[in-house]
Amino acid sequence: MPPLPESAQSAPPQAAPAAAPTQARTADPATGTAARPAAAEAGAAGAEGATGAAGAAGGRLTACPGCGEPHDPEDRFCGACGTDLAAPPPAAPPPPAPAQPAPGPVAPAPAEAADPADTGSFHLAPPRPGGDETLPLGFSARLSDPGEGEEGADDRAGEAGGSEEAESQTAELRGGRGQVCVACGLGGVDADGYCEHCGHAQPRQRDHQEKELEGVAAVSDRGLRHHRNEDAFALAAASLPDGSAAVAAVVCDGVSTAHRPDDASAAAAAAGSESLLAALEGGAAADEAMRGALMAAFEAVTALAEEARPRTAVPRHNAPACTYVSAVATGPVFTVGWIGDSRAYWVPDDRALPAARLTEDDSWAARMVAAGLMAEAEAYADERAHAITGWLGADAVEVDPHVAAFQPDGPGVIVVCTDGLWNYAESPAEMAEAVPADARTRPLAAARALLGVALDGGGHDNVTVAVLPFPATVARAGTTPA
Amino acid sequence: MPSLSKSNVPQFSVDVYQNEFLPEGGREVNAIVTVTATGGGTSGGRPLPGGGATAGVVVMVDCSGSMEYPPTKMRNAREATAVAIDTLRDGVSFAVVAGTHVAREVYPGGGRMAVADAATRAQAKQALRKLTGGGGTAIGTWLRLAEQLLSSADVSIRHGILLTDGRNEHEKPEDLRAALDLCAGRFTCDARGVGTDWEVKELTGIASALLGSADIVADPAGLAEDFRSMMENAMGKEVADVALRLWSPQGAETVFVKQVAPTVEDLTARRTEVGPLTGDYPTGSWGDESRDYHVCVRVRPAALRQEMLAARVSLVLPQPDGTVQVLGQGLVRAVWTDDMAASTRISPQVAHYTGQAELAQVIQQGLEARKAGDLDSATAKLGRAVQLASASGNEDTAKLLAKVVDVVDAASGTVRLKSKVTDTDERTLETRSTKTVRVKK
Ligand SMILES: [Zn+2]
Ligand SMILES: [Zn+2]
Repeated sequence: MPPLPESAQSAPPQAAPAAAPTQARTADPATGTAARPAAAEAGAAGAEGATGAAGAAGGRLTACPGCGEPHDPEDRFCGACGTDLAAPPPAAPPPPAPAQPAPGPVAPAPAEAADPADTGSFHLAPPRPGGDETLPLGFSARLSDPGEGEEGADDRAGEAGGSEEAESQTAELRGGRGQVCVACGLGGVDADGYCEHCGHAQPRQRDHQEKELEGVAAVSDRGLRHHRNEDAFALAAASLPDGSAAVAAVVCDGVSTAHRPDDASAAAAAAGSESLLAALEGGAAADEAMRGALMAAFEAVTALAEEARPRTAVPRHNAPACTYVSAVATGPVFTVGWIGDSRAYWVPDDRALPAARLTEDDSWAARMVAAGLMAEAEAYADERAHAITGWLGADAVEVDPHVAAFQPDGPGVIVVCTDGLWNYAESPAEMAEAVPADARTRPLAAARALLGVALDGGGHDNVTVAVLPFPATVARAGTTPA
Repeated sequence: MPSLSKSNVPQFSVDVYQNEFLPEGGREVNAIVTVTATGGGTSGGRPLPGGGATAGVVVMVDCSGSMEYPPTKMRNAREATAVAIDTLRDGVSFAVVAGTHVAREVYPGGGRMAVADAATRAQAKQALRKLTGGGGTAIGTWLRLAEQLLSSADVSIRHGILLTDGRNEHEKPEDLRAALDLCAGRFTCDARGVGTDWEVKELTGIASALLGSADIVADPAGLAEDFRSMMENAMGKEVADVALRLWSPQGAETVFVKQVAPTVEDLTARRTEVGPLTGDYPTGSWGDESRDYHVCVRVRPAALRQEMLAARVSLVLPQPDGTVQVLGQGLVRAVWTDDMAASTRISPQVAHYTGQAELAQVIQQGLEARKAGDLDSATAKLGRAVQLASASGNEDTAKLLAKVVDVVDAASGTVRLKSKVTDTDERTLETRSTKTVRVKK
């Protein structure tokens, strides 16, 4: 069992030799770690809807230049076709959230918290209760990128007033064959996703994705510099044998120097969340379920390498690989599991309490610092800083899943994200500043606001963030989670 | 998607190097497209079971009167041609043409080509003994005869090797032009100049039109080795008539398409339209080799964060039924961003080959200015050339430049023109000015 990170002062999970194998992540150097204000992003305002696009009910509708679908002026992306709604007018900041009564007494920060910025108001979870009562109950896991068709219905679920014309055009877009360009309306779409007439890239399903289940939300975006989104996420909820709820988020980042990074992250997120929820539903302890989920994700990514490669595959490419980070809230405890450099943060509702980073990167820089070979500033300034030393994939030397459980003293949110976000809000204090005050009650709005922080910071990488309120706010057993 | 079922068509891989980020309103997209053919070139021109590539080569030897002065020139030409014939592998079709103000078949004669084997190689070398100098120079007639001979043979790789020592004095320039127009696309041809009386632009023009190489053979003793390597190169070709096909979107304009490695060759004007948005540029025949192309297109700008396919570059092989086989392709993209750091970055490959193309241009301009007596301009242009050659690591060109100018400081391009420059050094520099080096890793 790997050691649990108690705080930044504790030893990292691994102190590996510097010669450990690494995978270069991206050509972009790490940028800005300075604190950024939690920008009142366009998407943060109108996020009451259950899914992606905000309700199109007001009188301020404008039409998407891509598909003609009406959208709210504050939307950053078209909810129907994903077209970037360029240069949205600045939105009013969201109304202040109503004060949330804390569900339980908020304990003071532990006395041993020497650095309040790095230590959260939580304790390690107590040993898990024994006794496996098996009560098969409703199970629902929804993946970030399921098959076509189902997805289309989900995406438009919250929209009103979509014209039949727009609907049919969107359906065509998703249909693959016989597509018509969303930019010029004249050309067909080639196999690479570009218009055969005007050359415009067609919206890709994964360019911008949003999902919200009851009690958890996530956003994933291509960012401003990459031509496709190689991140993936999955959200899932289930009822435990004791009747209480479990809510989980999984976030994966494809290794861009490897073959099919987007497939790797999608496969890992889907397999991991499925395994996690199935195990919990079957009565497994959260840490065991988490470890099993990481291994299931590993097997899914490894299986990709065994699939026949197209003849055009560049032989020098590495086998598909990705990072993995996941959090699951179960009763008074939440459990985090990860491999790679995607992260989880704890941000308490009470901002007087310190936020905390819950994961230790499997990265070159983290290893150099952990081994005492370099100072943090020096290590992170090195061009190798972001090379990861642990990942899921057939080329992984060893898979060493890290799992840790936490028991906060008060309510808050767990932010589960890829480096596309944390590069712009690296320290727990910066992340807390970026998380809106009402994140726990409006997790989708919070996820959108965090995406806005990353895009405003430059959007150098794909950005994926899940916001998981704690304690879980899902209805009790018996009702089926959304 | 390449479909490479044919036994000996090389595999083509296409890699695109570019900075796809444009500032708001930006229009010009530059990319270096590296095309690498591998897996061909293994049969050495032998007929393959199942019908692979077969080669035909015509050697055109200048037999004008000047070839006898000095007499070693004609002797070296005969010996070099004999070496080329010895290099022929069994099964390759070949012919030898003697070129003067008319073209004459030396071997085998009768408007046909011979098929190489021990007997025909011996007969051909015997026929070379009859070659003597006398008469004028009309290269267009040589090329027309080579074209007739090559089209009489059932071969898929058609190649010529042309040796001359003098100006094309016995026909009008437009006659040579018309012959080149006739032959372009029918066969490829390497051209060599021996001595110091031939016209550089004539020779490079022939090689350029017929998608072959041009070079000077400064020392006639080096001719045999050069002929052997040209013949081996010709027999290493596995696929002919490959075109570079460029698609760019509605409203886009193709600024230029240049081959930039191994030599600079501007293909822009040689486009054949194949559709409203698509044109083909000839690339000739390919063996195991790699070439780089610089593609520059100007597109209609799109909004920030939008992405556009600015060009699709494919290598295509025409099929008998009128369709084409796509051998490989690469995508040139444009993405508009307000991130200045992203949009102002220049791709190292684009920067490198922009420099190499300028290098070729300033050498030619500098030598012309020198000939015209404009010494200030010559010094400036050749100084710039020294600077570019030095910065890019083009050592061969730097050495050739150093025979024409005294280099004071290569980094700043400070040079002095040499007062005495041999004719050979000057024409060597001019002929080889288009040779480039690849980006240093
Ligand atoms: Zn749309
Ligand atoms: Zn179009």
